[in-house]
Amino acid sequence: MIEIIDVSKVFGEFTAVDNVNLKIESGEFLGLLGPNGAGKTTLIKLLTGLLKPTSGAIYIDGEKMSRSNMEIKKRIGVVPQYTNLDKELTVYENLIFAAKLFKIKGYKDKIEELLTFIELEEHKNKKAMNLSGGMQRRLMIAKALINDPDIIFLDEPTVGIDLNGRRKIWDILKGMKAIGKTVLLTTHYIEEADYLCNQVCLINNGKVFKKETPEKLKDDLGIYTVEYFDSEMKTRYEYFKDKNGAEKYILNTEYISYTIRKTTLEDVFYNFTNRKVV
Amino acid sequence: MEVFAVLWREFIFFKRRFWKITTSAIMTPLLYLIAFGWGLGKDIVIEGATYMHFVIPGIIALSTMNTSFNAVAIRINISKLHEKSFEYYLTSPVNMNLLAFGHVLAGALRGMYAAFLIFLISFIFGIKIYVDFYFVLICFLNSFLFAAFGYGAALSIESHYDMSRFTTYVMTPMSFLCGTFFSLKNLPPVVKETIGILPLSHTSQSLRDIVLKGQFDHKSILVLLIYAIGFYFFGVGMSYKEMK
Repeated sequence: MIEIIDVSKVFGEFTAVDNVNLKIESGEFLGLLGPNGAGKTTLIKLLTGLLKPTSGAIYIDGEKMSRSNMEIKKRIGVVPQYTNLDKELTVYENLIFAAKLFKIKGYKDKIEELLTFIELEEHKNKKAMNLSGGMQRRLMIAKALINDPDIIFLDEPTVGIDLNGRRKIWDILKGMKAIGKTVLLTTHYIEEADYLCNQVCLINNGKVFKKETPEKLKDDLGIYTVEYFDSEMKTRYEYFKDKNGAEKYILNTEYISYTIRKTTLEDVFYNFTNRKVV
Repeated sequence: MEVFAVLWREFIFFKRRFWKITTSAIMTPLLYLIAFGWGLGKDIVIEGATYMHFVIPGIIALSTMNTSFNAVAIRINISKLHEKSFEYYLTSPVNMNLLAFGHVLAGALRGMYAAFLIFLISFIFGIKIYVDFYFVLICFLNSFLFAAFGYGAALSIESHYDMSRFTTYVMTPMSFLCGTFFSLKNLPPVVKETIGILPLSHTSQSLRDIVLKGQFDHKSILVLLIYAIGFYFFGVGMSYKEMK
């Protein structure tokens, strides 16, 4: 279990993470959603010991996270936002190097297992620099899994990846979910969070606002959305608990075009980030 | 162990870039030997020896310094700022002291390889130089301390462009001033004393004394060791600074 207690991180006069309190249960797949500059990456860096909180503390399975806590580092896996591969090394060598750093004995079987898991067996002798973006991401995930971690932090693992590549990564992440790993994922892709996460957390201006299941967040907003284009040439959104309410609303509204549809997590996110929640 | 992991990786890098590393390690000293040894210094006798015998220890000192510094500084610089692979260390259960030691040792070995190449070229030029245990030890200490300096320097910067400051203000002046190409004896006392403190001066002078006289001031080993330890801890300190 991960416990974030009153954690803040201040850079000069800028507060990147503002008094965050959050509990992530073991086996939970949590998506951290927020606009650019919301504090997602800073929070991941705090959780992985790359940054020291200005105040507050982070506990992982009851142990306080710090840069020198080797026992925690042995139990976590990290996939950062940017590629962190040794470009001169092959896929296989990258994994050997990771295994050596984690002091894993008899790593050959583990590496073969990971290569199958990320579907890179055929490319294992290719240099990392010669892999496609999607393959590099998969290799990064394999590196993060080399120590068989209980907890995995993924910072926008599919950013810049094409649809096919993203689907392959989703399968890998679903695999992690299926075997009960605790996963914290930050993403810009709302459908990714909706598809993968059993809990979603909204973050803006360094503050964490809500942690709910995607269904609950949609229920709270209203499961039906009226999306209409009005005479001021603007798209408006209204949310309703039932379809009747949505239909009644549109009858009394001036519009150029409209649609009534099920509310998505994207609506929740849009509503949250545009409402200036305080 | 972190040291062997880094050495293993650097060996693969070395193996893969063997010819590029070798030719670039040979090029500069070869030019120095041709220009200063054959060209300028052919008829010069200095401190009782031919200029070629005089300058080769200086070139070895210079090359071990540059090769070790660059081998580590460029690798760490790329790993930190371009590949971002250095961050992987910070989230892994690695001992920073051992990680730094692995990188510095790998850089020092690259410096020793450069020294070996110059020794080989000198032999091809028909110059035989006297090498003993202390000669090898001083070369190693010089390589180690500049590799450590390169490690700390690369971690202390925030942009690729900052790296040139170390080259411009530290490495280049040392290359020319620390008795590599000329004797420090003719310099004004204050300048001589100031330059004499620098590690490359100790290396140049000690290697030259071993080659020309068969003996040297053993105090230099202690000085180089102090520099090596100091720069090593500077590097370790800089790795911790990465975790802000």
